[in-house]
Amino acid sequence: MYKYDQYDQAIVDARVEDFREQVQRRISGALTEDQFKPLRLMNGLYLQLHAYMLRVAIPYGTLDSRQMRMLAHIARKYDRDYGHFTTRQNIQYNWIKLEEAPDILADLASVEMHAIQTSGNCIRNISADQFAGAAADEIEDPRPWAELLRQWSTFHPEFSYLPRKFKIAVIGSDNDRAAMKLHDIGLQVVRGADGGVAFDVYVGGGMGRTPMIAPRIGVAIPANDLLSYMEACLRVYNRYGRRDNIYKARIKILVHEIGADEYKRQVDEEFVHVKALGIDPPQAEFDRIAAYFAPPAYETGLSDEIDRNDPDFALWVDQNVSAHKQPGYAVVTISLKPIGGIPGDATSTQIDVMADLAEKYAFDELRVTHAQNIVLPHVKKADLYTIWQQLEANDLAVPNLDLVSDIIACPGLDYCSLANARSIPIAQKIAERFADIDRQRNIGELKLKISGCINACGHHHAGHIGILGVDRKGEENYQLLFGGSGAEDASLAKIVGPGFSEDGIVDAVETAIETYLGIREEGERFLDTYRRVGIDPFKAAIYG
Amino acid sequence: MTHTLRYRDDATHEEPAVTLEAFLGQSNATAVRLEPSDDARALIPHLGQLALIEVSFPKYRDGRGYSSARVLREAGYEGELRAAGDVLVDQIAFMRRCGFDSFIADAELDLAAVERALNRYPEVYQDAADARPAVWKLRHG
Repeated sequence: MYKYDQYDQAIVDARVEDFREQVQRRISGALTEDQFKPLRLMNGLYLQLHAYMLRVAIPYGTLDSRQMRMLAHIARKYDRDYGHFTTRQNIQYNWIKLEEAPDILADLASVEMHAIQTSGNCIRNISADQFAGAAADEIEDPRPWAELLRQWSTFHPEFSYLPRKFKIAVIGSDNDRAAMKLHDIGLQVVRGADGGVAFDVYVGGGMGRTPMIAPRIGVAIPANDLLSYMEACLRVYNRYGRRDNIYKARIKILVHEIGADEYKRQVDEEFVHVKALGIDPPQAEFDRIAAYFAPPAYETGLSDEIDRNDPDFALWVDQNVSAHKQPGYAVVTISLKPIGGIPGDATSTQIDVMADLAEKYAFDELRVTHAQNIVLPHVKKADLYTIWQQLEANDLAVPNLDLVSDIIACPGLDYCSLANARSIPIAQKIAERFADIDRQRNIGELKLKISGCINACGHHHAGHIGILGVDRKGEENYQLLFGGSGAEDASLAKIVGPGFSEDGIVDAVETAIETYLGIREEGERFLDTYRRVGIDPFKAAIYG
Repeated sequence: MTHTLRYRDDATHEEPAVTLEAFLGQSNATAVRLEPSDDARALIPHLGQLALIEVSFPKYRDGRGYSSARVLREAGYEGELRAAGDVLVDQIAFMRRCGFDSFIADAELDLAAVERALNRYPEVYQDAADARPAVWKLRHG
């Protein structure tokens, strides 16, 4: 894992003092709420329906046990004893007092964490594949590049007042676990012509009210051109992205309106100019960062056998444990989706338990996934049973990874000032309807995603089944969508038909799934069947 | 408190700035004013004759002027580069890094707060149009 040096620490410490002064100016009345708003937003502090919400950055979703324990401490001391892990691999706290926010930042800085650029029209926290450095299918660990981008984008003087927020994801495998093509920029590590690290650069993806899958703009851009290339991509956007309409201000609209070829032409032209400025760090800096992400000291000669005598354990292994590149090791995903729970929420006790497990069994590392779960990236197969028992004792061993109850949901109208409808109760009702784990496993992989408004924080466009809450004449109404995917086979979900009430949407989801079970062919997921047969059989079953 | 800041040793340029359109149309003007939508690159062939380029910020949220400033500095412009309009204390440090060396703010600026903002961060992570070295340069000599 990356460790701050004196420069990194000095910058984060300075930010704490910066924000402390800004909060004091606000509390004293020297700043109006209007003047304060852009300042707090640059630092992840939102004013929500009931209280301030603070979003803490977890760069590329990677953290150690000391940092995880600090997240538990913040939940206990400053919030209502829980935190909410987000689709951007961050954590947010929903009940924050403005006057305590600087102290929280100081606590975070003491463990090399911050809330810098977790909101605002700037380059947001960089996300990455949660299995980075561990996945059996990986070409190269993307995190050193994500860290390089974190540093480059932090307080970038030219790109802090972009037309709109800007999200970057980096992956190092052909299997996309980070919804890379649904980001403003998605980077995939590839091998360049010379065998060195290079990047395919996808620009202009996104969800929100105009969902788009990013076209590939840069092909095998060499690593030592990466920052110049990014700077060129951002400068074209900063100069020409629309500023007349907030809903058309994301880079996806620019790329769509001028066309991918023209955008690419402009980037290429800008790149030639920027490259000559010498802003790309030398190999020594790449090597310095990469050294922090060297593989841990794996034991060798370990057995790959897992004792499956306990059926509940075996079930969890089958569902929540993934292949690791190192023999004898595995990747564990801890589900934060207990039946009837709030997707992504964890109590301070649970956060501490996960920290303890990481320290003891996973080389002191944890990851946050964009699907709002937690990963222990490197565990010995021989330790799986002990880990499972401790998870089980803390309501963290739900064997539902990628199943219908592993739902992504935005905070919705329960918290969010933008929402039109509640998301959490819908997630809870669907999970309860499909509580039987055998039924869920029979259904197979099914990514269900719920947003409480058109901004799509719950990724409904990328759901195999998506649900969008809208306001219809003062009533919450839920639209149903099928056929989205945030993975390497990225696609956008389509609306099935007229919307439903809160209970009606749960029934409609069940009808759709029963329809799929009736017509699926061997090995097909819901998504595969939908893609094969189209919407009609589902529509007929749901609307009669 | 002040509306104006200047970080140059030479005398203030007194000639009024003309619009980009007027400048390209005539012109022997030595001062020009860029609106956010103007293409700063249009000035590149004429930088030698310019003593002042004023970049307008009608709203602080509109960040196009930051790119305009860098484009001009990267092209070698050494004259006065002024940010004018909705210029707030918390943006001035970024503006300085992008190459602005004078400011005319709509609202009064607290000089002490500006000084604190300019000196707040001991290091910077990226090269820009100022002389501050990116942290990686300090790390690797």
